[in-house]
Amino acid sequence: MTAVAVTGMGIAAPNGLGAADYWAATLGAKSGIGRITRFDPSSYPAQLAGEIPGFEAADHLPGRLLPQTDRVTRLSLAAADWALADAGVDVAAFDPLDMGVVTASHAGGFEFGQDELQKLWSKGSQFVSAYQSFAWFYAVNSGQISIRHGMKGPSGVVVSDQAGGLDALAQARRLVRKGTPLIVGGAVDASVCPWGWVAQLAGGRMSDSDEPTRAYLPFDRDARGYVPGEGGALLTLEPAEAARARGATCYGELAGYGATIDPPPHSGRSSTLRTAMRTALEDAGMAPGDIDVVFADGAGVPELDRAEAAAISEVFGPGRVPVTVPKTMTGRLHSGAAPLDVACALLSMRAGLIPPTVHIDPCPEYDLDLVLYQARPATLRTALVLARGHGGFNSAMVVRAAQ
Amino acid sequence: MSEQPFTLDDLKRILVEAAGADEAAPLDDDILDTTFGLLGYESLALLETGGCIEREYAIALDDDTLSDELTPRELIHTVNERLAAARAA
Repeated sequence: MTAVAVTGMGIAAPNGLGAADYWAATLGAKSGIGRITRFDPSSYPAQLAGEIPGFEAADHLPGRLLPQTDRVTRLSLAAADWALADAGVDVAAFDPLDMGVVTASHAGGFEFGQDELQKLWSKGSQFVSAYQSFAWFYAVNSGQISIRHGMKGPSGVVVSDQAGGLDALAQARRLVRKGTPLIVGGAVDASVCPWGWVAQLAGGRMSDSDEPTRAYLPFDRDARGYVPGEGGALLTLEPAEAARARGATCYGELAGYGATIDPPPHSGRSSTLRTAMRTALEDAGMAPGDIDVVFADGAGVPELDRAEAAAISEVFGPGRVPVTVPKTMTGRLHSGAAPLDVACALLSMRAGLIPPTVHIDPCPEYDLDLVLYQARPATLRTALVLARGHGGFNSAMVVRAAQ
Repeated sequence: MSEQPFTLDDLKRILVEAAGADEAAPLDDDILDTTFGLLGYESLALLETGGCIEREYAIALDDDTLSDELTPRELIHTVNERLAAARAA
């Protein structure tokens, strides 16, 4: 089967814009979580978010794209540009039908949609932008990236909340294996606006703490919900052999994938996350002992943390594999989170360092070897990235250093 | 109701607002007789531009007015016709 390589990455995260900034911040345990600045959060029960500072869309995109794009699309377009540049890909050298885009999204362009809905009710339908027809839509990031780079091959969008980022990479991997030479895959999500905020508050799992260092505490005794953030990562995927033939630098390979759906709540049956993990390992042709580090989902909700810790301990043995949650520095980025973890895992392999989980005083009964406080030196060849989405979606992906 | 005619400068301002500016192809006086299609304004950009003109000048443009084959000179002419008709009414 065709090995699928990651040849480029574009990162936009609350603690770093661009891969170099993000990696330096992550190794330095620098958090991007703080009080919301994009709107006045005073009247909401949750007021903290991981916001990306310093992104000026006009510095990165042509003026013609600005009136028709939401913040999430602007971030996605910039991240795709960076991923292609990082991969050294000349899109003009590819047949347009040989390039595709697969992204995931949890909300689409909510801020754009909110503005247009406000115009609709306050001024009337003739004041709603014609671009509202697509600018809010889940598939808009795939569409705009595709148009910008002339990518006319197989493309799509996946919607499965936080698991969606891995599901998009898995679909991208399938498409490369079926013969498409270049896919931009992954996700960037951003919906830190009042509409996006109340939609999430309705889910009942957000942390209402106003202390940035105590609000989002996965695997901690004081876990009390999650802090949302904006950002994620887009990756360029190519057949490993072809990438090497064109002289590309490969970060590593997407070696295995598995996904499951949890049984309904109150059914009494347990999470199927462990099955997703085992399926991913089997797909990669690996045993649990072959995995050097686990990037956990880290829901920050006690019952979900307990289920994830139990699944990791069951598959690997209690405390038998280092586990980290660098998203404690960004908040939960929904679809953007797992592609960012995949990028982070690849950067970790290159550096020989496991990035830390910050702010956590772990529950001892979870039996996890959490990498706390600061980066831990390690020889890393493989990583397992986990992602769980609202609604019972579980996904797991094995990432392997380039052969 | 404005007594001023609708000018190229008005159109340029609204085009930038509705569809953004293109650094590579600045809007100058030479665009008068180039079709919107050749200027790079696709159907949705023209729809949004037409909507902005209608809202700001309180006139209605026909659905088939805004096409790729239209030029700025023709659009300015049409808008001024509608403005004159509105003033006369």
